[in-house]
Amino acid sequence: MGSITRSFANNIGSSGILSASAVTNATVEDVTAFGTAPSPATLVLISTQTASSSANISFTTGLDSTYDEYIFKFINIHPATDSAHFEFNMSTDGGSNYNVTKTTTSFYAYHNESDTDTAVAYTAAQDLAQSTAFQRLIPDAGNDNDQANSGTLTIFNPSSTTYVKHFIANSNSAHQDNYSINWFIAGYGNTTSAVNAIQFKFSSGNIDDGIIKMYGVKKS
Amino acid sequence: MGTITRSFANNIGTSGILKAGAFNNASLNNVTALNNAIALGNMVLISSQTASDSATVSFTTGIDSTYKEYQFYFIDIHARSDGQAFTFQSSTDSGSNYGITTTSTFFYSKHKENDTVAELSYNTGKDLAQSTSFQQILDLGNGADESGAGQLQLFNPASTTYVKHFIGTGSSYGDDDAEFTSFCAGYFNTTSAINAVRFQMSSGNFDGTILMYGIV
Repeated sequence: MGSITRSFANNIGSSGILSASAVTNATVEDVTAFGTAPSPATLVLISTQTASSSANISFTTGLDSTYDEYIFKFINIHPATDSAHFEFNMSTDGGSNYNVTKTTTSFYAYHNESDTDTAVAYTAAQDLAQSTAFQRLIPDAGNDNDQANSGTLTIFNPSSTTYVKHFIANSNSAHQDNYSINWFIAGYGNTTSAVNAIQFKFSSGNIDDGIIKMYGVKKS
Repeated sequence: MGTITRSFANNIGTSGILKAGAFNNASLNNVTALNNAIALGNMVLISSQTASDSATVSFTTGIDSTYKEYQFYFIDIHARSDGQAFTFQSSTDSGSNYGITTTSTFFYSKHKENDTVAELSYNTGKDLAQSTSFQQILDLGNGADESGAGQLQLFNPASTTYVKHFIGTGSSYGDDDAEFTSFCAGYFNTTSAINAVRFQMSSGNFDGTILMYGIV
């Protein structure tokens, strides 16, 4: 028996099962999927896009029936234009058109840095009623050098061909007038067609900087 | 051929590829990394700390540029002193000082067990305006079964360009026997990287578990 074979034989335990010393990271580097083993992932990163003076960011692939819930995280979104509204819309034709009819709610809590203005309130100016317009997620975003906006948008079961498509968003913004504003936006895309693309943009000007990540939440 | 060798030979399939029977969990004890194609968890538990009559719980390592979002889950936070707030602040000097200038909002919904109060309201006593104070997130009684729980998101703490946004929600058993659902959000108004976060009561010690996750 050669030395390699002998060494290997020492790595075989009783019942012919390999012992830990027989397997290293390199041994399994070609393994890209496991059979029936449960994947440890429940929150699966599907794609990441980084804005750099971008007119919009669109997710036109990966939004399908694989997951019942998709989560978009937008991090440090910085507008090129002061007071522009960060907004999104859905598409049922792979991104050719972003114009799904929506009915939504919008409320917010705000507080300015000078401590003179606070409230939690519904704002009819930011909701939609059977409108195909883009839904604002962060209105009036400031574009000072240190101002940016972050939050989360969750869309439920976009591939359903039976039900409307619900979404819930929660974000915090650095408002143009030096307010901290916590936005709560929710609603439904009033379509029974599958939603298969999402677009983010500002109402005016580019997305100067920022990252948007799309995750899928595993069904089981 | 020995018995073990013969058993192992039975675990070699055609083309010399090992069958599943050649491995068990123990075989993989030395595997600490997998091919990137394998979907690993994108919510990574970085650390967990348990408070037991503790004055503070501080996370002074693990908050860096590795993740764009950190999430803290605080579970079964029990105040040792009645009617106190569970609070947090951050640090840009690895925990030597916790007092980053903060502007924030705070609103809540509340419902008393005796059904005499059911309200939604902004609370100016719990928000911050360019303040270095700790941000309140839970409002707790200290009865034996009274506690609170919730979650805090912190976005891109390592940025040296932008302010650092946070969003927190919580559910508290208040000292007036009420459910107190809290919503606080704001930004640490600094362009320095935040590298530590501390939790403490407004007064007194606390019990509970705080988990810190990174979101890939």
